Amino acid sequence: MSDLIVILIPVFPLIAVLVNGLVGHRYSHDLAGRIALGSVGLSFLCALNVFVGVMSDPTPREVIAYSWIFGGDLNINLGFLIDPLTAIMLMVVTGVGFLIHVYSVGYMHGEEGFTRFFVYMNLFMVSMLLLVMGNNYLVLFIGWEGVGLCSYLLIGYYFTKVSASKAATKAFVVNRIGDAGFLLAIFLIFVNFKTLDYTKVFANAGQLSTEMATAIALCLLVGAIGKSAQLPLFTWLPDAMEGPTPVSALIHAATMVTAGVYMVVRNHALFDMAPFAMATVGLVGGITALFAATIGLVQNDIKRVLAYSTVSQLGYMFLACGVGAYTAAIFHLVTHAFFKALLFLTAGAVIHSLNGEQDIRKMGGLSKRIPITHAVFLIGTLAIAGIPPLAGFWSKDEIMAHAFLQGDFLGYVLYAFAAIGAFLTSFYMFRLMYLTFYGQSRVDPEVDHHIHESPPVMMVPLMVLAGLAIVGGFLGVPPEHGWFHGFLSTVATPLGAVPHEVSTGTLIGLMAVAITIALGGWGLAHYMYSVNTTLAEEWSERFAGAYRTVLNKYYVDEIYDAIIVEPCKRLGQIGDWVDQNIIDRFIRGIGHGADASGAGITWMEKHVIYGGLNVIGYANHVLAGSWRKMQSGLVNHYAAVIVIGLFLLVHLLFVWLVGTSVL
Amino acid sequence: MLEELQFGFPLLSVLIFLPFVGALLLWPQKDPDLLKKSALGIAVLEFILAALLLWRFIPDSAAMQFSERHEWIPPLGISYHLAVDGISILFVGLTAFLTVLIVLYSWDAVSENLKTYFMSILVLETMIMGIFVSIDLILFFVFWELMLIPSYFLIKMWGVGEEREYAALKYVLYTLLGSVFMLVGFALLSLNYHNVTNSYSFDFLELLTVPVPVGEQILIFWFIFMGLAFKAPIFPFHTWLPDVLVQGPIGMSVVLAGVKLGTYGFLRFSFPLLPEASTNETVVVILMVLGLSAIVYGAIIAIVQADFRRLLVYSSISHLGFVVIGLFALNFQGIQGSLLQMINLGFTTAGLFFIAGFLYDRTGNTLVDQAGGIAAKMPLFATFFLIIGMASIGLPGTNGFIGEFLILLGAFQAHWIYGAVAVLGVIFSAAYFLWYYERAIFGPLGEKVPQVLQDLTQRETIIAMSLCVMIFWIGLYPSPFLRMINGSVQAVVDRLERGSVASIEFDQRLAMDSPNTRLLVKE
Repeated sequence: MSDLIVILIPVFPLIAVLVNGLVGHRYSHDLAGRIALGSVGLSFLCALNVFVGVMSDPTPREVIAYSWIFGGDLNINLGFLIDPLTAIMLMVVTGVGFLIHVYSVGYMHGEEGFTRFFVYMNLFMVSMLLLVMGNNYLVLFIGWEGVGLCSYLLIGYYFTKVSASKAATKAFVVNRIGDAGFLLAIFLIFVNFKTLDYTKVFANAGQLSTEMATAIALCLLVGAIGKSAQLPLFTWLPDAMEGPTPVSALIHAATMVTAGVYMVVRNHALFDMAPFAMATVGLVGGITALFAATIGLVQNDIKRVLAYSTVSQLGYMFLACGVGAYTAAIFHLVTHAFFKALLFLTAGAVIHSLNGEQDIRKMGGLSKRIPITHAVFLIGTLAIAGIPPLAGFWSKDEIMAHAFLQGDFLGYVLYAFAAIGAFLTSFYMFRLMYLTFYGQSRVDPEVDHHIHESPPVMMVPLMVLAGLAIVGGFLGVPPEHGWFHGFLSTVATPLGAVPHEVSTGTLIGLMAVAITIALGGWGLAHYMYSVNTTLAEEWSERFAGAYRTVLNKYYVDEIYDAIIVEPCKRLGQIGDWVDQNIIDRFIRGIGHGADASGAGITWMEKHVIYGGLNVIGYANHVLAGSWRKMQSGLVNHYAAVIVIGLFLLVHLLFVWLVGTSVL
Repeated sequence: MLEELQFGFPLLSVLIFLPFVGALLLWPQKDPDLLKKSALGIAVLEFILAALLLWRFIPDSAAMQFSERHEWIPPLGISYHLAVDGISILFVGLTAFLTVLIVLYSWDAVSENLKTYFMSILVLETMIMGIFVSIDLILFFVFWELMLIPSYFLIKMWGVGEEREYAALKYVLYTLLGSVFMLVGFALLSLNYHNVTNSYSFDFLELLTVPVPVGEQILIFWFIFMGLAFKAPIFPFHTWLPDVLVQGPIGMSVVLAGVKLGTYGFLRFSFPLLPEASTNETVVVILMVLGLSAIVYGAIIAIVQADFRRLLVYSSISHLGFVVIGLFALNFQGIQGSLLQMINLGFTTAGLFFIAGFLYDRTGNTLVDQAGGIAAKMPLFATFFLIIGMASIGLPGTNGFIGEFLILLGAFQAHWIYGAVAVLGVIFSAAYFLWYYERAIFGPLGEKVPQVLQDLTQRETIIAMSLCVMIFWIGLYPSPFLRMINGSVQAVVDRLERGSVASIEFDQRLAMDSPNTRLLVKE
């Protein structure tokens, strides 16, 4: 593993961005796709090389490209840090990223903006790689806002749709709220450590006071909440589904939205110092996990169900961070990347085969028409629902066990949130399964004859991801002692962690509970959507108020509009009025009062200065005259008046100072 | 700061007067095509000279370089004294760069009185160059005032709005009102010099050798402040800006929004000459409050603007608030960031005015309800619009981020509350830019958008492309620019920290070790 290979990881997609972006319109879509794909493939190979290097030698390594911002006591390099955490993230980003790129070549085939799409996607890869590879906060921040930009561009990919362009703006602006918090954290870190390099900051983290550590950690959390769509800044993610489906899979499920989790884990040295911040992280995660899951129960858009599911699953990762289970958080991040990317891409295949239909009320019975798509979707569903031995079971169980074993009140509360959330997850995912693939077909007759399996270029990535969703969990088996835990032990072990000895009985008990919950959710969904299909409708009528509240996402968007967006606009209008009618008048008033101020200054000349600086008085007379004439409308003479006045002004100054005219 | 390096060739004088002579050469010409080409030739030649200046400039140094000095009015100590240092060097490059782009832009956009137009632009360039390279206060003031003449005519004669005459007059009178105060401030400085040495001087470097009593410093500070505040313009002295930038021609808007003369003045004169006043607690708090108000006030008003050029005006006021708080953070990062940001705004805000101009030339307005879905018709335009806009709202990887980050970091170090309030600007800026972009450029094609809408021409693409090159160059590899300014920024910071008396002693000790003036030699 040489430095060059590390630097090349983000450089390959960057080259593709430049080539496709600048001259992409001159050649065919095929070639543009190949360039985009090739660059990510090469990037993946380099990342693989780095990963293997880290496996043999996990010592953190820094690679400095060049000195970026410097001066005074500040010196920020554009540099990379390679350690086990980065290595894992690199594999997820480039690996899953590559599969999604392959899929996209098929999915986006024939789109007019094909090349543009891949430019954005590659730019996203560059940003995401900078985000996970940076060796200091500012490089992380380039990636952080860079992925936000790409998210904006890709959500607004179908920019002629009003809803898409609105969703894009919303995503960027809401993210910026988080970014502002992140910036404050960066400033606090610089003030305390005089550096922004991770290694130096974490080495000295112990010197922080608890209050300062809490302040920094909470500011970082604000950033993470924005990027990872947690409460209260989650509203942009469901709207982000306006983007093409591969975008939802790559950015809004597998990689970008997990950046907040990565950031918290990366900064665990700071979070460990701040128990209050940790509790906040856990609560935010726990509440989000439950809250988003309830909304997911009743949505009818296949992608929106998955979007709320993503918000909810990210909540689990935050919950894990909050109880100090950093390894479990990253573990769930990885397995989630596999099965959620799989679910989104499969949903894309379904939508593709239904000619763009996303409403699950107009699906049903698809399992026989597109059996392979059905099979991979089932695998994804089983994985996310937590059915062993698929990937999601292991990572989710570990998070729940950690919360439970924390042993305090907060731990049990979080466990309860997670457990209810897991039940709901299982329920809404199987509801989606049943409504989409089983039962009677409700497909529009026009699109019915069109239903077909997707081309191999789309199906192969699905199968690879399905395989990963099945076996990915074994990376972390046995719980707490798997390969994954050993690999991350140097970078994700909480400060002062005491290895707790838990009886195998307790662990097996917790697993049994988790399995029961998952099967319970499945069972209920089976009953409601396969056995007694009228029940769902009955319930929605009986609990109409609650149903409508949840269907409308608890009206959070409306509330934000009413208390933030609209008041801001009104404030702007008031400001606009004030600017034109009060401030401008006031300044003009000064002009009108130039005679008076001339007198004031004349007084000052006499007393403060040595006296006799008549030039000011004169200038003010000239000015005052001009102001008056301005009102009277004789505009044309002013330029001349001004020039002459200036000449006289300077001239008089000479006369006054030298005593004779120099002209 | 006191050290002077000579070049052996009056490069700065040539830089000042080349456009002026060029303007005179345009006089007898009649053929419009030849006129355009000659104007462009002169602007490009000037740019090459400026590039030469930047290339030969010794980085990481606080010295006054390329110094030229001739007596002008000896009894008053007024001299023709030119030099550049880290504070001014980048402005020279920026001015030359923008003038080339303005000439290119005006190629088809201006049709009436072409000759006078180009002459005015070139004369304006002379005056601005003069402002940046003069280190004699009176010489500076003369250029500062003479700049109003071409500006006045440019706004009045080639303005695009109905009320351009009013706007032109308003601009001149407001600026003039401020300048009068500034002149008094300069005179007071000279009188103080006279008190100590028994001779007059308006030479910046000589004035630096004499301390000013603290009470008088504060008075002088506010006098000079008035001049700078109107020109900058600093909130709440900004109300000429909406009129001028909306009524005036795009070329003039580019200059006024892109070349930050007012805030340059603080760094050039107020800070070094009046360190005690500049660090006075009351002064700092007042300026900080003005700066923070400008950030929030400008941004919130920008959100609701329906006209893109008005939006730019208020975004410009907001950005200037950032520059002010960076300056008055009074630490290295703040001042460095502000200086760099002043240059950055010359590429971003000014760049957006070019963008507004491209749109205006095609549709006759920049109103949001007259636009909509333009990206579909003009993809290249939409792309450049987005890149420059993102730089303007400080996206990392672009120049805007470097400046904004350093400013915020500096302000935060001065007091966390400054940083915390200023960070609101980061959120609002995204809101106002993207909301306009969403409604005007995205979405379905607007009903009032002309059916035939040509994408950027080759010439326009060159303008946008060169702006983007600068945006990414400074954003990703700012090293050469930072090295040029760092030496002088450090000198200013040192001076502010030491105070005038200690600084003067320090300079004297330094002067004993080596003579102040020597020949600029570069290995």
